[in-house]
Amino acid sequence: MSQSVHSSGEHQPDENRRDFLTLATTAVGVVGAGCALLPFVDSMNPSKDVLALASVEVNISNIPVGQAVKVMWRGKPVFIRHRTEREINEAQEVALNELVDPQSDDARVEKKEWLIVVGVCTHLGCIPMGTATGETRGDFDGWYCPCHGSHYDTSGRIRKGPAPANLVVPEYEFLTDTSVKIG
Amino acid sequence: MSAPVWNNAVVKWVDDRLPVFSMLHHSAYEYPTPKNLSYMWNFGSLAGFVLVTMILSGIFLAMNYTPHADMAFWSVERIMRDVNYGWLIRYIHVNGASMFFICVYIHIFRGLYYGSYKAPREMLWWIGILILLAMMATAFMGYVLPWGQMSFWGATVITNLFSAFPIIGDPLVTWLWGGFAVDNPTLNRFFSLHYLMPFVILGLVVLHVWALHTVRSNNPTGVEIKSPQDAIAFHPYYTIKDLFGMGVFLIFFLFFVFFAPDFFGEPDNYIPANPLVTPPHIVPEWYFLPFYAILRSIDFTVFGVPAKLLGVLAMFASIIILFVIPWLDTSKVRSSKYRPVYKWFFLVLFIDCFVLGYCGKKAPDDYFMGIEGLKVITVGQLATLYYFAHFLVVMPLVGKLERPKPLPASISQSVLKEGANA
Repeated sequence: MSQSVHSSGEHQPDENRRDFLTLATTAVGVVGAGCALLPFVDSMNPSKDVLALASVEVNISNIPVGQAVKVMWRGKPVFIRHRTEREINEAQEVALNELVDPQSDDARVEKKEWLIVVGVCTHLGCIPMGTATGETRGDFDGWYCPCHGSHYDTSGRIRKGPAPANLVVPEYEFLTDTSVKIG
Repeated sequence: MSAPVWNNAVVKWVDDRLPVFSMLHHSAYEYPTPKNLSYMWNFGSLAGFVLVTMILSGIFLAMNYTPHADMAFWSVERIMRDVNYGWLIRYIHVNGASMFFICVYIHIFRGLYYGSYKAPREMLWWIGILILLAMMATAFMGYVLPWGQMSFWGATVITNLFSAFPIIGDPLVTWLWGGFAVDNPTLNRFFSLHYLMPFVILGLVVLHVWALHTVRSNNPTGVEIKSPQDAIAFHPYYTIKDLFGMGVFLIFFLFFVFFAPDFFGEPDNYIPANPLVTPPHIVPEWYFLPFYAILRSIDFTVFGVPAKLLGVLAMFASIIILFVIPWLDTSKVRSSKYRPVYKWFFLVLFIDCFVLGYCGKKAPDDYFMGIEGLKVITVGQLATLYYFAHFLVVMPLVGKLERPKPLPASISQSVLKEGANA
């Protein structure tokens, strides 16, 4: 547009100055619009009240050996399994190079009779079966996800199927022998 | 194409200041339309009609719906049982979604068969794909609102797709959810966006019609309008044809509304959402099944890229690829009517989409049509392969190699010739 106003090359310095001003104004405008957008984008992230519900305490004294329970933590189920001697041995004896997502059993538990994992399949977020008594536990005695057929072992590690990773171990600590705090 | 003369003083007064009547006259009355359009050309206006139906029924549903995780399911039940004609409005809206996709899918296959995506209609085609994408987002979020088991788990599985992207995946999913799982914040934002999106679609439809009226309608011969004899005025010829088609279509639509309202639905969605129990079979609505089959068919790693990410990319690519077909199709002839070889490949693509749909419905380890030894996942993989090969290999090659039949000199000539043969 500036060319139609200044038809000759005499006004070159002026044009450069005008181009610079146009560029600078545009740049400031874009940055400003980006900054204005940020609060709206961030408003969609988890709010403070959602973040505040970040930990739960669970009494585990009434879970007999060989059984497991589901508790809610951050809107997701957490599986707490009281493992039998045989389940612990199965989990410890498997060679790490056989695993899709290699991790030793020791790295996944604090006390070897208690396995605590987030009960969300790492494939597409379904809840694997095998916590309640009588449900199928898959080919590796752990959990089986019915959505797309992932099998987890007695350490919650992925052994077969489309899931890319082991069931997540949440942050937790044993407050007493019968009470655990998750989160 | 001269400006119309308005006899009514009020109409003239308004039109002199804002030419809405002239615009309507120009685009819905005198718009020169090819005189040989078949009933395949009814589905665009039908889709527009369904869009309006969805917006109107949706506005009335929103008056009684509560977007809260504890109340959404029961507010929908209240609409069904207690709100006057609530059952009717909801069933129109629920089945309207399926009708919308039926119209749009027929409309898209019509465009593919008659080469309506080819120059100079690329922009028209692109806007159409954007409408399809917007419809998919709207339908997905709408399906979550009743907060039944399928709503909840469908939302969980589909939002988790985004976790496949490296590094940004997990924060992105948390951002989409507004929490650490699909929950009340997710439901709230889906309701807000589900109400917004139809108006975005409406805006895109305006652009779509604008582009259409700039480049003019394609027709079964694929030969452009060359003289005034090739075209007739939109009104009354096509307004009456569209209205007749709408009557037939309404019989079809309302049959489902009144006699089989849950035909397209999943019974599991009448169970309230339960974050602790996943239903044994999560299936998307029928209109997403082919894409779901493509997603699932990738169960292998390529060059270290995990299967989950590849599946997601393949699913998105299956729609994105439509943007470039105006350039992948090398044929000089638009209409498949004059393309003796491509015509058959088109038929294969059409069947392929149904095969993909079937595979998306079944569990991966089931047998295809009960055929012993033939797994659904295998068939799904072959169908996915053909889907992409059709656009990337068949379209460019057949366009170059095939010898098309001679085209009629004009639309008029083709009409007269067909009349003489009859």
